[in-house]
Amino acid sequence: MSGPVLYLDGVSVVFDGFRALNALSLTIDAGELRAIIGPNGAGKTTMMDVITGKTRPTAGTVRFHEHDLTKLDEATIANLGIGRKFQKPTVFDALTVFENLELALKAPRGPIACLRWVLSGESRRRIEATLDEIGLTARAHDRAGLLSHGQRQWLEIGMLLMQDPELLLVDEPVAGMTDQETEHTAALLVRIAGRRSVVVVEHDLEFVRALGSKVTVLCEGAMLSEGSIDHVQNDPKVIDVYLGR
Amino acid sequence: MSSTVNDVAPDRASRARLGLRAGLAIAVLLLALLPLLNRLPPDSALHVSDFIISITGKWITYAILALAIDLAWGYVGILSLGHGAFFALGGYCIGMYLMRMIGPRGVYGHPVLPDFMVFLGYTELPWFWWGFNWFPFAFAMALLVPGALGALVGWLAFRSRITGVYLSILTQAMTFALMLAFFRNDMGFGGNNGFTDFKELLGMPLSQPGTRAVLFYASLAALCGALWLCARLTATKLGRVLVAIRDAESRVRFLGYDTARVKLFVFTLSAMLAGLAGALYVPQVGIINPGEFAPGNSIEAVIWVAVGGRGTLVGAVLGAFSVNALKTWLTSFAPDLWLFVLGGLFVAVTLFLPAGLVGLFRGRGPKADPKGGR
Repeated sequence: MSGPVLYLDGVSVVFDGFRALNALSLTIDAGELRAIIGPNGAGKTTMMDVITGKTRPTAGTVRFHEHDLTKLDEATIANLGIGRKFQKPTVFDALTVFENLELALKAPRGPIACLRWVLSGESRRRIEATLDEIGLTARAHDRAGLLSHGQRQWLEIGMLLMQDPELLLVDEPVAGMTDQETEHTAALLVRIAGRRSVVVVEHDLEFVRALGSKVTVLCEGAMLSEGSIDHVQNDPKVIDVYLGR
Repeated sequence: MSSTVNDVAPDRASRARLGLRAGLAIAVLLLALLPLLNRLPPDSALHVSDFIISITGKWITYAILALAIDLAWGYVGILSLGHGAFFALGGYCIGMYLMRMIGPRGVYGHPVLPDFMVFLGYTELPWFWWGFNWFPFAFAMALLVPGALGALVGWLAFRSRITGVYLSILTQAMTFALMLAFFRNDMGFGGNNGFTDFKELLGMPLSQPGTRAVLFYASLAALCGALWLCARLTATKLGRVLVAIRDAESRVRFLGYDTARVKLFVFTLSAMLAGLAGALYVPQVGIINPGEFAPGNSIEAVIWVAVGGRGTLVGAVLGAFSVNALKTWLTSFAPDLWLFVLGGLFVAVTLFLPAGLVGLFRGRGPKADPKGGR
């Protein structure tokens, strides 16, 4: 697999005169793991909103393979193969861990299809494999509301995997995690990438270093710098933005 | 990782389910006995009066309406304050059939036109009354008309992502608008007076106790059927999608579900269920008029569900019976107090018993306790 999966060119988003994104261009290749960092208000979340169809860009091109994402709604984009993990973990508390994964499993999504849905052996195996991957096998039949913060984040990543997406957008996965949980999460994301493209938005530079991936720095809605973590950390423009002028 | 999957939860849940089923079976049996006890001689200790039969039959239809509301509110989070409109429309459809069945026995003795039409100077039956002399058609309409209105309102609202209190206001406005419309004489539905003086249903005279018993059993069967249908539906993956939409709709959308379509499906089904309840209600009470569209009726029905415990199905049924029993008892000696008691009940349940009456029995059961912790 090669070539860009996701292609953003000259994307701008203006809210009431405020430029959340300012002619942002970005390319993600197949199987690539990419970290995106930037100060608060740099446009990281807005960028994810644009890719997933939650926000419409004021100008620019957003393509996923040959699909023009600016014309599609959230559900259609999700079904094309773009999965998103939100900053605040939103798993379904009233359902069990297993049921959460089952809902996310790639399958026909219509009301009648859901009514007639029967869990096949193959689907069960896929859910169990994901449970194992995210380390929640022992909690399979506990309601998601009982999980710890870190476990909820993993469940949410597991739900993304069940959708079998080509591109994963992961927003601040380690916020509020212990060091051990952070390490575990980094290893999980590195394992996932390769088979799929993964874009991680994160503040935690130690975590980004552990990912060992190419890093894009956003600032004021545009790209400031791009390269390895060592490269961007030594870039004077980045130092300026992070440490103040 | 080893598969030390926690088995305690399913075990406990299945035991609770077993208890619930036993309780339900006993309740249904007791209800089914009532018309038989009604046949006993009046001086017998076990005799059940006609009044009890007619009022219990009415409550059974209220319980079906409560189930319809619980399906939409308790599971998908659509708080409809206009379900009384679907109930009333179902009732009007059967009412139209019953009016046609009066035939020439009306005051004016017209062979086809109901009295109010003769009085208003109609010379022929309006087109929208055609076919209502045929019971299967009228019964189908009692489900389809509310279903179509539910689908239309739902389609407009869910497509535009109208949720929460705005949706509640919209449904409340819907029932209010229908009430005003049905009050008009030129609507062709009897205006202010609605329909009454019914004579027979499927050839059975409505005044006879035997017919009452048939309607009672039909309602009871419909309630059991509705409960079974809702229980089956909520046990499928669709049921879990509904709960997920209720708790985090946008997240469900990002999972690739068209939540508007799912909500439309359930809301339409719920409207049809409410229509069924109305269709069973009208022949038992013998009258339908625009008052049934009053916004207060819809709100009262929502309170039944809140009192019983929403999102539990059984709670809706329990709430409909218990609140109405309280209402009947209280209004027999202090009718002016009822609205205060109803309001107070709603506040008390919201504050002290968020899981409703069912929560009392279930304790910290899996569904009743939203915050978790077994």
